[in-house]
Amino acid sequence: MSIGIIAAGIAVLTGIGAGIGIGVATGHASEAIARQPEASGKINSTLLLGCAMAEGTAIFGFITALIIIFVG
Amino acid sequence: MQGLKQILLEALSNETAFTLPVLDGIPVASSVLVSWVLMLVLMAATLWMTRNLKVRDPGKGQVVLESAVEFLNSFAKETLGPHWKPFAPYLGTVALYIALANICSIAGLTPPTKDVSVTAALALMSLCLIYGAQFRYNGLRGGMKRFAYPMPLLTPINLMEIAIRPLALCMRLFGNVLGAFLIMEMIKYLVPAVIPAVFSIYFDLFDGLIQTIVFVFLTALFAGEGIKEEE
Repeated sequence: MSIGIIAAGIAVLTGIGAGIGIGVATGHASEAIARQPEASGKINSTLLLGCAMAEGTAIFGFITALIIIFVG
Repeated sequence: MQGLKQILLEALSNETAFTLPVLDGIPVASSVLVSWVLMLVLMAATLWMTRNLKVRDPGKGQVVLESAVEFLNSFAKETLGPHWKPFAPYLGTVALYIALANICSIAGLTPPTKDVSVTAALALMSLCLIYGAQFRYNGLRGGMKRFAYPMPLLTPINLMEIAIRPLALCMRLFGNVLGAFLIMEMIKYLVPAVIPAVFSIYFDLFDGLIQTIVFVFLTALFAGEGIKEEE
């Protein structure tokens, strides 16, 4: 079980990648809006999509961790 | 600590609400039961909102409804291109269902989207929509050709996406709702009063709505990718 908990902790580390990804995407999006405020609608929807994709990886890690803890 | 683990295990399992007494008992999961309640609410709201629709001098409710439908149609037109018309009602229905399913934990119900079967069903429906649209509007040959788009080298990746897209849609919605639900259970276990209400605004309301938008947006985007004409 203790090894399993360490494994779950490693699985949840995917959150680092997702956090960096969302941070970079949001930073560039706000830069883009500052440059071209009239395109904010399109930028927002693209940002939302990108964030959903980046967040997906973190969610996969989270589910893997849950499976390791409660099933494995 | 033991109590917390008990609560988490309970949150993870999908309990059966009751058993239908036909054919040696069909178990009905609580997610199905809550879905029925949501359907009832949606049907009642639909009947109530669409009473007394007028062409001249519309009431307040009608104006709100019309602007919502207008928003949905313009969204579909933007992402799906010229063949948007048959898709808009489906997208709107899915959006209403997922939004209500995610938010209903505020009312004390277990969100049905916490059950992986529900999100898998939604993702399979999206799969049928995406690839059905691709073959419907391009014909058999054109639909096949779409898999070799933008260049033939990418065909294996496009074929892989048939499995990956619904899997990602399903797991994204399920993981988000389950994660929010688990965190809310933990907060409720640690501090039973006041604090959960504050966090509930973020985890139940905001996260649920964002996931609804993401699910519908991704479905529309993928479907639009398959049917849009090349400019």
